[in-house]
Amino acid sequence: MSRIQNAFKKGKAFIAFITAGDPNLETTEKLIFEMEQSGADIIELGIPFSDPIAEGTVIQAANLRALASGTTVSKIFDMVKRIRKKTQVPLVFLTYANPVFKYGYDAFFKKCKAVGVDGIIIPDLPFEEQSEIPNRHGIDLIPLVAPTSEDRIKKIAAVAEGYLYVVSSLGVTGIRSEIKTDLKSIIDIARKTAKVPIAVGFGINTPEQAAKISKIADGVIVGSAIVKIIANVGVTHHGCPVGKYIKKMKEAI
Amino acid sequence: MFNGRFGIHGGQYIPETLMNEIKHLEKAYLHYKDDKMFNSELTDLLNNYAGRPSLLYYAEKMSRDLDGAKIYLKREDLNHTGSHKINNVLGQVLLAKKMGKTRVIAETGAGQHGVACATAAALLNMKCEIFMGKEDTERQKLNVYRMKLLGAKVNVVTSGTQTLKDAVNETMREWVSRVADTHYALGSVMGPHPFPMIVRDFQSIISREARAQIMEKEGRLPAAVIACVGGGSNAIGTFYHFLKDKFVRLIGCEAAGLGVNTKKHAATIAKGSLGIFHGMKSYFCQNKDGQIAPVHSISAGLDYPGIGPEHAYLHDIGRAEYVPVTDEEAVCAFEYLSRTEGIIPAIESAHAISYAMKIAHNLPKKDNIIVCLSGRGDKDVAAIARYRGVNLHE
Repeated sequence: MSRIQNAFKKGKAFIAFITAGDPNLETTEKLIFEMEQSGADIIELGIPFSDPIAEGTVIQAANLRALASGTTVSKIFDMVKRIRKKTQVPLVFLTYANPVFKYGYDAFFKKCKAVGVDGIIIPDLPFEEQSEIPNRHGIDLIPLVAPTSEDRIKKIAAVAEGYLYVVSSLGVTGIRSEIKTDLKSIIDIARKTAKVPIAVGFGINTPEQAAKISKIADGVIVGSAIVKIIANVGVTHHGCPVGKYIKKMKEAI
Repeated sequence: MFNGRFGIHGGQYIPETLMNEIKHLEKAYLHYKDDKMFNSELTDLLNNYAGRPSLLYYAEKMSRDLDGAKIYLKREDLNHTGSHKINNVLGQVLLAKKMGKTRVIAETGAGQHGVACATAAALLNMKCEIFMGKEDTERQKLNVYRMKLLGAKVNVVTSGTQTLKDAVNETMREWVSRVADTHYALGSVMGPHPFPMIVRDFQSIISREARAQIMEKEGRLPAAVIACVGGGSNAIGTFYHFLKDKFVRLIGCEAAGLGVNTKKHAATIAKGSLGIFHGMKSYFCQNKDGQIAPVHSISAGLDYPGIGPEHAYLHDIGRAEYVPVTDEEAVCAFEYLSRTEGIIPAIESAHAISYAMKIAHNLPKKDNIIVCLSGRGDKDVAAIARYRGVNLHE
């Protein structure tokens, strides 16, 4: 059983996103352990990109901080290799098509396999373009469905690997006070064809929202709220505010 | 059926949220492009509002001075709103209206596309919001005020490099947030399919007219057709109906800024590499890690790190040539055309003028060259004055 599948076996999964290299890779490395120990079942690591068009201002800023600190795809691979020796927490990359394309699809996915990355999310590689990467060397390509997907939900869910990422709202990533989309009907349609668990992300930041969504989904994805803590409060080893926040969110689901 | 690819270029690399919308757009466009009523409305707007057909002007003084091939200028600068942008905008806004949209959004660099959009939206009763990089709002203040005057809201983009690329990012983000009532009127032959096709078709009127006009005036096809290239909309429009005329050289002039051997340029074909960005596979100025590079050009309209996928394809197959033109060369051409013909070109178009000046002399006098004068230069006068050390502010 894959590490991702395993993560969903223990009940509802809490999936935590941070941008790799924000504010530097040493911090990211520490945060991965901190988040795992605080209850994160899966960790999504953003590979920074100069122009992240699906991101709101919080994660855009994290991307710029990470690039400013000299973060590159190769350095992220090195970090994953180091931490993989100490933890089995599932790791999923989130990045845009260009950094992967430029690295070389085959080389990139081979490297993912070698260092122990489990899956990848590429927001600007929709269903129609997935044939770009015929051989993913066993790395799960986690697709997204959106509130506008309608007739596309079934076919996307059918080919989903790892988990299906349901985008909770129209728009870019970022904290939302209210999620109005009829998520249940999207998830019901997806379940008809999906062979993998279903997780919901975009906008979720309070334990109440997480609790509500975990009633209908298998996992809850939180990004901007965590990245905002990193940006505002900074990171310390003990009593880390990121860890405290994740604990609170995990308990809610 | 056309699959949205030009060779290996093109495609639809966009967030899932927009996929159904662009499929819907493609379907609507394929329907209306052959719809009699739509075409007669569009032709009426182009002829009686935008002032088409545009002149093909024989630049006799310039030709004599350069002592080579005859130079003809396709006067897109004489269109309403002062550039070729209106051709595409009238088409797209009319299409959006037919699709039941009530709001258009668009990016702009120099402000020409933004002004054209705001104009079409005013005429066709649509709400309009324009996204413009902060740096560009500062170098094109008059156009910002002009768009507001036309009833559009101008959003100043402060993310990233604060220029055209970031304006596109922000417009995409806005579209993802509000897609039901909103059409993104993309201003160039770029972005995901079907935009490169739609914008090309609406701009191809330039070469449809120019080809007929040159045959009437000269009885022969041009030796070369020259246009400036940022995303490449005026260039593809100027090339399109000459594509099958294998002996007509098609030349796109990219912004070389301070020079292609410096870091300050926007010469995508000369210095870029294959990548995926803004919804398309094409050539981009980027670093080895695939981070999009900050670019530079004196011309806000050419200050873009990519090029439309059809141009990338025309480059690959060798049908079109792409040449770099520096800021300094463009400014010299700007001044030369003003002085010689009494026509102040947009600084974007001055890149094409500059290359015509370079090659005209080496072509026989019986030959002719068509240069697309894509826009008027009034918007650039203050910036050129500053470039020449005159402390002039609008």
